[in-house]
Amino acid sequence: MAHRAILVDVTKCIGCGACTEACQKSNEQSPHEARGFDEQTFTFLMDRGNDVYVRRLCMHCEQPSCASACPVSALHKSPEGPVVYDASKCLGCRYCLLACPFGVPTYEWHSAMPRVRKCQMCSHRGEAGPACAEACPTGATITGERETLLAEARSRVANDPKTYFQRVYGVTEAGGTDVFFIGPKDSDALGLPNVKSQVALPDLTWQALKHVPDVVLYGGVFLGGMFWLTKRKEDVARAENAEKGEHHG
Amino acid sequence: MVKERLSSLRLGFWSISAGILFLALAGIAYIRYTQGLGAVTHLSDTFPWGLWIGFDLLCGVGLAAGGFAVTATVHILHLKDFKPIVRPTVLTAFLGYLLVITALLLDLGRPWNIWHPIIMWNPHSVMFEVGWCVMLYTTVLSLEFAPMVIERFRERFKLDWMLKILKTVTPVLVILGVILSTLHQSSLGSLFLILPEKMHPLWYTPMLPVLFFVSALAAGIAMTVVESWFSKRAFGKPIETHLLSRLSRASVVVLALYFVLRLRDLASRDALSTIFPLNRVSAMFLIEVGLGVLVPMVLLAFERFRQSPRRLAAVQGLVVLGFIFHRLNVSVTSVEAATGRSYIPSIPEFFVSAGLVAVGMTIFVLACRYLPVFPEGPVAETEKKVQPAIAEVPASLRAPKTAGAFDPS
Repeated sequence: MAHRAILVDVTKCIGCGACTEACQKSNEQSPHEARGFDEQTFTFLMDRGNDVYVRRLCMHCEQPSCASACPVSALHKSPEGPVVYDASKCLGCRYCLLACPFGVPTYEWHSAMPRVRKCQMCSHRGEAGPACAEACPTGATITGERETLLAEARSRVANDPKTYFQRVYGVTEAGGTDVFFIGPKDSDALGLPNVKSQVALPDLTWQALKHVPDVVLYGGVFLGGMFWLTKRKEDVARAENAEKGEHHG
Repeated sequence: MVKERLSSLRLGFWSISAGILFLALAGIAYIRYTQGLGAVTHLSDTFPWGLWIGFDLLCGVGLAAGGFAVTATVHILHLKDFKPIVRPTVLTAFLGYLLVITALLLDLGRPWNIWHPIIMWNPHSVMFEVGWCVMLYTTVLSLEFAPMVIERFRERFKLDWMLKILKTVTPVLVILGVILSTLHQSSLGSLFLILPEKMHPLWYTPMLPVLFFVSALAAGIAMTVVESWFSKRAFGKPIETHLLSRLSRASVVVLALYFVLRLRDLASRDALSTIFPLNRVSAMFLIEVGLGVLVPMVLLAFERFRQSPRRLAAVQGLVVLGFIFHRLNVSVTSVEAATGRSYIPSIPEFFVSAGLVAVGMTIFVLACRYLPVFPEGPVAETEKKVQPAIAEVPASLRAPKTAGAFDPS
């Protein structure tokens, strides 16, 4: 798989919960009811009424805020798509939790050796792909190569304007993600996070960080220069005083 | 006699309070390391940063900014008049950074990995840059602080050569210190640039790094003044009112610059109107900018407020307060307002923050008593000075006044 993505078609979801069950099994968690993201829950279903069920899971951003925020690259975007986490590198600063615009990563607050927890698109399953897509009985969650999947999402939306709201969620959000949603209503009505930023959020911090070399270079010259100039003034004053002393003497 | 007894009572009160705080600190640390952060804090997945980051880290680093500002004034601009306040300011800054690192060791989930940024790089992370700068600047501060310790033992261990080396490299250290401080003071603001979705428009702005740097400068100067006044109170040492007055004139300029930057930024983003309707959030903003910036800026412009050390300390105390409000507003109030979640620190969180401040003040007093921090050498507290007990300070602890004594300039 070149670059894996996930497509969630809300119109096909019957709310059976097979995806949450498969997710817990794949991540070796004890079976439990999934109500929201927590250290044991990487995906859950929202009942939006009128038989509309919407899944939440990590969006696997193209340029993930969490990975950009992490000081030690404990989180990183793998070339195959999933945003994965390496606990052995992590300091536990939790900047990733704060940085994620979708509110996905969670933390093991009651552990003495806490980890950041989130969906990693079952990267440990390799080519088998995410367990949720495999388990879904209706094809509401499917996985595949990103461009193919995006083309599929766009054609479904375009070919059936009566069923689908005319937009693919995940194409522009936070600069683009690897998880797409299509459904009967807009993303607000579906209860998906309203992420207004169309630029990747790491670009915002980079606007400041890119000036670091300049601060060092120009700051060094300016400060060194000020040191030399004001010191010189002192030297000159001292020399003049000495000269005066000689004349008088 | 009555006065004497009162002062010993007062000492007792402070010692007992400090003792209780230290014990609480140890207990909280034990629970935190055995049961996790959730056992002692009100942090959550939606509020992963709380008081320890908002106050101990953001304010601790900012309030220590006097260190780079005053050393640069003396060693780079060669304004030698300010020399008497260099050492107490460097001591304050050094202790400030050590306390920040202590707070981080409590706040980080996996503190044993705190050294990882040395070998695991992510130059796109603001946190990575902050980590490196704090690490390097703490090293610089330790070298700027070192002469105070070395001088104390110079005669016994023949350490004059060390002092000579440190004196030679001082300008390099100071320049490094200013560059590193500029970088990470502003970067603490850049940390929040990645949260456009999670912050209130009164605080989220691309200007955050600039605002953080300028306000840190104002807070650093303010802390220098407050700390001088504290030293006067604690040790009854003469206070350099004319220096503090000149510093406070600089405060007026820095505060004015900050005020203009802040309002100009709000106006250019059409964010000023978001203070309406008036509620808790706008009150926090008004206290921060009104009481913490505008009022002290105006007051310090009057000579009358710069002539008495007590007034200076009170007004600069407002600057410190406004600064603390800004950092907590950025990290807590604005996030609360934008996400609709609320965060109130737990009692242990308050205890740790207060405890670390107490630890810092205790070490400051001890350092002033045993090390040549002030030009007149190690000093005893006022209580002892009014009694003949001043003689208890051994002559060997006083500043070396022998020929060839190290000149820290």
